[in-house]
Amino acid sequence: MDYAKAGLRREEFEAIRSALKREPTDCELLVMGVMWSEHCCYKSSKPLLRLFPTSGDSVVQGPGENAGVVAIGDGWGAAFKVESHNHPSAVSPYQGAATGVGGIIRDILAMGARPTASMDGLCFGDAQEPKTRRLARGIVAGIGGYGNAVGVPTVGGKTLYDKAYNDNPLVNAFSLGIVRLDRMASASTARPGQKVLLLGAATGRDGIAGAAFASAELGDDAKASRPQVQIGDPFEEKLLIEACLELHEAGLIVSMQDMGAAGITSSSSEIAAKSGVAIDLDLDAVPLREGDMEAWEILLSESQERMLLIVLPEKVDAVLSQATRWGLECAVIGDVREGDEWTARKDGTIVAALPATLIGEGCPELAWPAREPDDLESRWDFGPEEMDLPCDWAAETKALLASSDLTGKNWIHESYDSMVRLATVEGPGGPVSVIRVRENGRLLSMAMETDPRKTFLDPYRGGAETVARAIRALAVSGATPLGLTDCLNYPSPEKADQFWELAESVRGMADCCRELACPVVSGNVSLYNETSRHRILPTPLVVAVGLIDDPSELLRWGRWAKGDRLFLVGTVASSLSGSEYQQHRLGVLRGRPLAISFEMEQEFVDKARSTAHLQLARSGRPIAGGGLAVALAKETHQSGTGALVHMAVPTRPDVLLFGEGGPRALYAVPAQKLEAFRKNWASFPLTEIGIVGGEALHIRGLCSLTLAEISQSLGR
Amino acid sequence: MKVAVIAFPGSNCDDDVVQAVSDVLGCSVTKVWHRNRLDTEPDLIILPGGFSYGDYLRSGAMAARSPIMDDVRREVRRGRLVLGICNGFQVLTESGLLPGALLTNRHPGFLCRPCTVRVERTDSPFTGTFREGQVVNFPIAHNEGRYYLPPSDLEKLEKDGRVLFRYCNDRGETGDDFNPNGALNHIAGILSEEGNVLGLMPHPERSSDILLGCDDGILFWKSIQTWVERR
Repeated sequence: MDYAKAGLRREEFEAIRSALKREPTDCELLVMGVMWSEHCCYKSSKPLLRLFPTSGDSVVQGPGENAGVVAIGDGWGAAFKVESHNHPSAVSPYQGAATGVGGIIRDILAMGARPTASMDGLCFGDAQEPKTRRLARGIVAGIGGYGNAVGVPTVGGKTLYDKAYNDNPLVNAFSLGIVRLDRMASASTARPGQKVLLLGAATGRDGIAGAAFASAELGDDAKASRPQVQIGDPFEEKLLIEACLELHEAGLIVSMQDMGAAGITSSSSEIAAKSGVAIDLDLDAVPLREGDMEAWEILLSESQERMLLIVLPEKVDAVLSQATRWGLECAVIGDVREGDEWTARKDGTIVAALPATLIGEGCPELAWPAREPDDLESRWDFGPEEMDLPCDWAAETKALLASSDLTGKNWIHESYDSMVRLATVEGPGGPVSVIRVRENGRLLSMAMETDPRKTFLDPYRGGAETVARAIRALAVSGATPLGLTDCLNYPSPEKADQFWELAESVRGMADCCRELACPVVSGNVSLYNETSRHRILPTPLVVAVGLIDDPSELLRWGRWAKGDRLFLVGTVASSLSGSEYQQHRLGVLRGRPLAISFEMEQEFVDKARSTAHLQLARSGRPIAGGGLAVALAKETHQSGTGALVHMAVPTRPDVLLFGEGGPRALYAVPAQKLEAFRKNWASFPLTEIGIVGGEALHIRGLCSLTLAEISQSLGR
Repeated sequence: MKVAVIAFPGSNCDDDVVQAVSDVLGCSVTKVWHRNRLDTEPDLIILPGGFSYGDYLRSGAMAARSPIMDDVRREVRRGRLVLGICNGFQVLTESGLLPGALLTNRHPGFLCRPCTVRVERTDSPFTGTFREGQVVNFPIAHNEGRYYLPPSDLEKLEKDGRVLFRYCNDRGETGDDFNPNGALNHIAGILSEEGNVLGLMPHPERSSDILLGCDDGILFWKSIQTWVERR
């Protein structure tokens, strides 16, 4: 077989041949082609990922396992990760999104954690396109259909629309689970003499080589790729979750591994490599959905709802009988031995025998050339004077509130079960999602952010802003960041200017993570998000997870009460470059986003956190997409009361109302807390901007919007 | 008071119900796997929400034919209290313990949100500590919640006063705008003829802790406890 047919480059083929000191078999070539695909081995992004800080006081498990783990107090940990399922969702929206949810939940499960909360980051194409509506409906239905049935609440997420995603929507699934730190599962605990078991669904031909499919540009005829999309069964997954947690709790398993990309191959070879052992697989023992499957098909099938278990020989019977109780199929499919070889047999013949470490870690890294885009300077060429000031500020604000990015997403949020498991303190639709950890009485605050437009305009600043936004949101809610997971969604790295965008934005994210002490504990890279017609914007998406020690230290939002004073903290003059307003009003993407000041970010974070901890405000909302005006409108809407805003306008009114960027928040402060609040924010830019009350949001000299008008614009 | 929560494969509110009831009432709540028998003589049996058997045939249809339902029927005949929440309500109608059926929502699609319902009677085992007409917030989360019953049966159900909860607005007014799924007569919960079986679409267990948004469910659980203890 030709190595190129297996998806390997010449130098990769040579690396395999020299490691084996012989010609690889066809089956081995196919296996290596998938395992050394971008999706599985990150060969293009690995050097960049090393920029991320990965250690910190709270980090128990950094990148490299199925999910990262941070300590959340009292011997408990939170395991979390975000992962893309972009290509499958483009081809088959319902199943693509559903199996994305299923896959990330199993990653959490593989750490021995009980999956407790999910979130989803969705980037759709132009909202006016019928194709976008079809894809969006299918993707949202898939997430709901799977997540609801499996009993893991979807507590939040992020949705944005841009024509850059017309052909290539993004689906980033995040999940978090709670684990007792002394009972964490790991891929590095397998020992010779133990047995390899496969628990869950039978293996079929669905999703074969899906990882390779995810590592190439999408074909123009997406339907031809349907066989590479997996089919999900949330009922089976629910049983699998309960069975695995029960087996783990009872001490019946040594290690477990999710079977996601590259199925049996990746899960078993990873355990072998990390544990420093050999694994022999007997493919004849694998329960199959179709009898005539070839060895390579069995090895690379991405059939869903399967877990690989490593079990002590004397406990195999107990595991099999537990599986029966849950109505799950379970089979012994191999042995752990001394050595470092990963071997697969079929019909008594060895079909593949490869060094385990070569499979997962041996792929030569790719160093793509990076070049600053020729048009970078012209991307920055924008001044607000290019925009006319609107003559009707009320109409402009209403139209912005009703724009596809900012308007209410109830049709999405309400189609997800956000409350099952009785942990959801703040569900979808707010700046952060908050869950209660029953095990120790503390709260976890989670903020999902992405800002592809600013990242496109200035990758370094946009990357840093993305991370900063998440950390600001945590701080305003009262949380201390423990760690962050990232999903890097980009077009092909093989074009020098696109690779530069990737590299620069990762540098910005990494700097921000380091400066604000928020280590990266897990993540995922999805490249080649482009078709012959379009490339996506550089879209790094992050979820920062923070801890609030006591529920009394949570500061909520949308809680204005009559008489509260309104304060803007942070600059009054931010930027319209890459803002929602610019997009909405001009339909262009130009200008240079604000530079980030880490000192100012840190000061903001500290002061925001003390505001929450001492409950110096009644309501607090970070200012992000749509700027101050949108923050005011959302607070008005959720609080059910208006306000009189009477601030001076030291800059252009559109910049004041709609500018974005930098550490900023809107607070409502009751009279008796005014002094303490002001003192807390001394030395930081602070402007008293108004007072709560009345039936309308009245911004003196600019506009007045009634509660009803705001509700209507927000679509609820 | 002894409470048993029956877990079918695919149930996903079983732990929630166990947690809410034991937190609020401090009593012993046992989870019973559907393949085991119900032998503890519980005062209250709860069929929790979720997607029993994946809801693949028809919501609740498979669970209704599970052997443990024979035990539930026996306990119903002995006058024990049985509560079916959401998917549990669907199991009760599928098993014939309650009349009618729960059809796909008027606007098809899963719907999860806070929901206000009106307490229609306070002389039932489940509502003794409420005020008549009291409006309570019990969140909903379902795709098949549109209660349906043929007209003549519906009339009888109403006449017998077996509608215990009705969807309404926060002032207690009923109307199509306040009915999330198109249920006939805005029905959210009904009683069996003997009054000891309740099927309820909204989730009182999700309304049992103020930190999570609302705690009207506490009165619901206390009503049951009071009734059981008075017997």
